[in-house]
Amino acid sequence: MTQLTPVLSAHWDEKDSFTIAGYKRHGGYDAAAKALKMEPDAVIQLVKDSGLRGRGGAGFPTGMKWGFIPQGDNKDHYLVVNADESEPGTCKDMPLLLANPHVLIEGCIIASYAIRAKYAFIYIRGEVTHVVRRVQQAIDDAYAAGHLGKNIFGSGVDLELVLHVGAGAYICGEETALLDSLEGFRGQPRLRPPFPAIAGLYARPTVVNNVESIASVPAIIAHGAEWFSSMGTEKSKGMTLYSLSGHVTNPGQFEAPLGITLRELLEISGGVRAGHQLKFWTPGGSSTPIFTSAHLDTPLDYEGVSAAGSMLGTKALQIFDETTCIVRAVLRWTEFYKHESCGKCTPCREGTWWLVQILRDLESGKGSEADLEKLLDLCDNIMGRSFCALGDGATSPITSSINYFREEYIAHLTHGGCPLDPHAATVFASAKAGV
Amino acid sequence: MAFTDKDLQVMDSIINRYPRKRSAIMPLLHYAQSRDGFITSDGIETIAKKLDLETAEVSAVATFYTQYKRKPVGEYHVGVCTNTLCAVMGGDEIFAGLKDHLGIENDGVTADGKVSLEHIECNAACDFAPVVMANWEFYDNQTVQSAKDLVDSMRAGKPKAPTRGPDVLQNWKETSAVLAGINDGHANEGVQAGAPTLLGLNISKKGARG
Repeated sequence: MTQLTPVLSAHWDEKDSFTIAGYKRHGGYDAAAKALKMEPDAVIQLVKDSGLRGRGGAGFPTGMKWGFIPQGDNKDHYLVVNADESEPGTCKDMPLLLANPHVLIEGCIIASYAIRAKYAFIYIRGEVTHVVRRVQQAIDDAYAAGHLGKNIFGSGVDLELVLHVGAGAYICGEETALLDSLEGFRGQPRLRPPFPAIAGLYARPTVVNNVESIASVPAIIAHGAEWFSSMGTEKSKGMTLYSLSGHVTNPGQFEAPLGITLRELLEISGGVRAGHQLKFWTPGGSSTPIFTSAHLDTPLDYEGVSAAGSMLGTKALQIFDETTCIVRAVLRWTEFYKHESCGKCTPCREGTWWLVQILRDLESGKGSEADLEKLLDLCDNIMGRSFCALGDGATSPITSSINYFREEYIAHLTHGGCPLDPHAATVFASAKAGV
Repeated sequence: MAFTDKDLQVMDSIINRYPRKRSAIMPLLHYAQSRDGFITSDGIETIAKKLDLETAEVSAVATFYTQYKRKPVGEYHVGVCTNTLCAVMGGDEIFAGLKDHLGIENDGVTADGKVSLEHIECNAACDFAPVVMANWEFYDNQTVQSAKDLVDSMRAGKPKAPTRGPDVLQNWKETSAVLAGINDGHANEGVQAGAPTLLGLNISKKGARG
């Protein structure tokens, strides 16, 4: 049985965990001071050796990303932290920042030093006022303590860190749309290459990393690459935050080595809500193809989930039991993608619109079985045909749900609408039943 | 409302955060919203002048992002998450209940100007579902009744405090200033974490104690 390994979350139960005093009580900012005494390239090598991979969804090796930044090019370099957490089901970075914003700031100091950036930005979604307050206060306190600004830690190194607050656009979680947004434009993706490492913010070499990736760096500096890579699986090293939500007895955050299974997480946490059975779940947010009870023992690491036909994504485990209508669930996600499509690329802009119309008909029992083929055909024409992965993500719930639950789609047609009672799926229903 | 000299100074300080001034457009829009309550033509023109842009360029950005409002919202702007997980867990019933209770539709504002209502997308609090946001503060684990009680408290002028947020819910304009990056001094209020956030940690500690 895999054991939980709280590292990032180790001190979240202390009332002042978000203050600079609370952070320093457990060695906070010691790793930054240590890193600043190393050679920048040695810091990059250490992160490479740790095996840390991006925690925002794609799983790209973090140290390698840092290593792509050209050195000695006499250009400004930038670090941009992606704190736009908006993928449906994903709820790890916001509680992390609420409980301990300083670990991200310390990670920013180390990463900026490694890639020789004198300017760093945290791009945070705008719909989380109190998280914004906590991060802003932490930045202000770090400046006051001499950890940001000129000559930080007396090392001769300068670093400006700016919190940039978004304004409600899911697409800005896509790294190139984020950069456009940060430059002051509508948030629309760029064609790659060139990648941000060569031409990112203001067309300068830029590293874009997820909150959890950067927040993992101080512990790696403090405890070493071997310590980190002793956790996890062969190619997926370290601990990570798994977020359990939906029809479970106890939803919440669970920090465990990569490779833990949903069966283990359910056993640890208390299982699917009483009296019900697992029907389907997402391994890493709504853009990752759904899984069923057949995947309870799939190792939740990058390779394991991929081999089973989905993606680890953000490790947002949304659990749905047998009371949930698959068509309703998929339609709602599809409406989200339609709303959030930035409109730049035709297949995504027009395709998501069509998907919603067909799914609405199917949900209300007005469609026909041929519509399922039409949906799959549309998905085929969206997948891989746009600048970014938003359109691809929109197809994931549709193609995977038709694969596993085709009969339920058809039942809507024979039943003349949804055969399930939506109230039975609510938390209120189980509260009334006293289970 | 015209922007005062002090407003213009604040806007300059926002611009000075960035290596290139156009990057300040989003916080400036949040700031303009904190003065006027929504994005007015005066706000657009002021920002355009500050950034040496055409007003059309500023409007293009303002209209892309849903948090910038083009008409007044309530003193307390309430969002009900109706993305799949929250909707299934009860968000749809809460949203329907609030529309009925307030007598307004999506994007509507009550006649007294106190409360506006919007269905929102995933707000990164799925382990607290169903989630309601007010002025983008977390109200976790809501029911139809608790959400009705919340908006009633707003209309009575004494809004209930967020679950994970400041001691007192700030109004819409005050909130917009925070989003412009202006520290309002409330960061140290409220819990550091909700119970679900700590679940894994607590289970791990219990296990370690044997």
